[in-house]
Amino acid sequence: MIGRVLAIGLLAGLVAGVIVTGAQMLRVIPLIHKAETYETSAPADHHAHATAVAAHSHDEDGWAPEDGLERTAFTLLANVLTAVGFGLLLNAALAIYGGPVGLRKGVLWGLAGFTVFVLAPSLGLPPELPGLNAADLFHRQSWYLGTVLATGGGLALLIFLSHWAFKAAGLVLIAAPHAIGAPHPAELGGSAPPELAAMFAIASIVTAALLWVVLGGVSGYLHARYANPA
Amino acid sequence: MEQTTVTTRMSEQAGLSSRLAAAAVAALLGSFLILGVGFAHSDTIHNAAHDSRHSFTFPCH
Repeated sequence: MIGRVLAIGLLAGLVAGVIVTGAQMLRVIPLIHKAETYETSAPADHHAHATAVAAHSHDEDGWAPEDGLERTAFTLLANVLTAVGFGLLLNAALAIYGGPVGLRKGVLWGLAGFTVFVLAPSLGLPPELPGLNAADLFHRQSWYLGTVLATGGGLALLIFLSHWAFKAAGLVLIAAPHAIGAPHPAELGGSAPPELAAMFAIASIVTAALLWVVLGGVSGYLHARYANPA
Repeated sequence: MEQTTVTTRMSEQAGLSSRLAAAAVAALLGSFLILGVGFAHSDTIHNAAHDSRHSFTFPCH
């Protein structure tokens, strides 16, 4: 059982990570590179991250991959590792669920993963283009992870439990992070034009949707194909 | 009859506990990967995974 869950999560993540890297090359990555041209030409005191935690651009501090093939290779590696991580989480959920899953149901589970990890957090913290002003990194990360947990738990209560009180609690959980509110910078703006940020937000959300659909579909297909009769 | 019910119940429980164990291991490994690649505050990891973090809508910088 453990071997099968891990193997399916790994395989689905590998496939989805490679496919999403190809999809990112079309729109998302070119937009990031374009935003960086504004960032490097902006005066230092307008630098969005002057007060932020970590050093930021690739050519600032420490080692960073060379632009071109090396940078693409590291993005592919990071995408595959993240996709495998998502794949393992999705298959952990499928293992708890325990019911039969095929390609179609797998895609539905993938869409649930997309809602939990992308849609709900993006409502408070839109996908960030490099060079935009942002609140403290740790606060944003905490809000993101809290929203993921609340939305995932809330959806599970809403979908899998039949008593109205559980469903109501699920709705409250899903709404809570947005009632609390995501951390935002004192002053919005940044070095890149807002239109570029809008294009990036849509492109990255659509590309992430593709990742989750592939992840769910492949997981569901493999579960049906290698179903354990015992 | 009673024997069958007991056996079925036992195998159901074994099925559930092995499923939960598999889920726990997978969830632990998956969280480790996502937090490591997407959230770690190391400059080197950040720079290597930069484009990936932005693309997956993780908070970055």
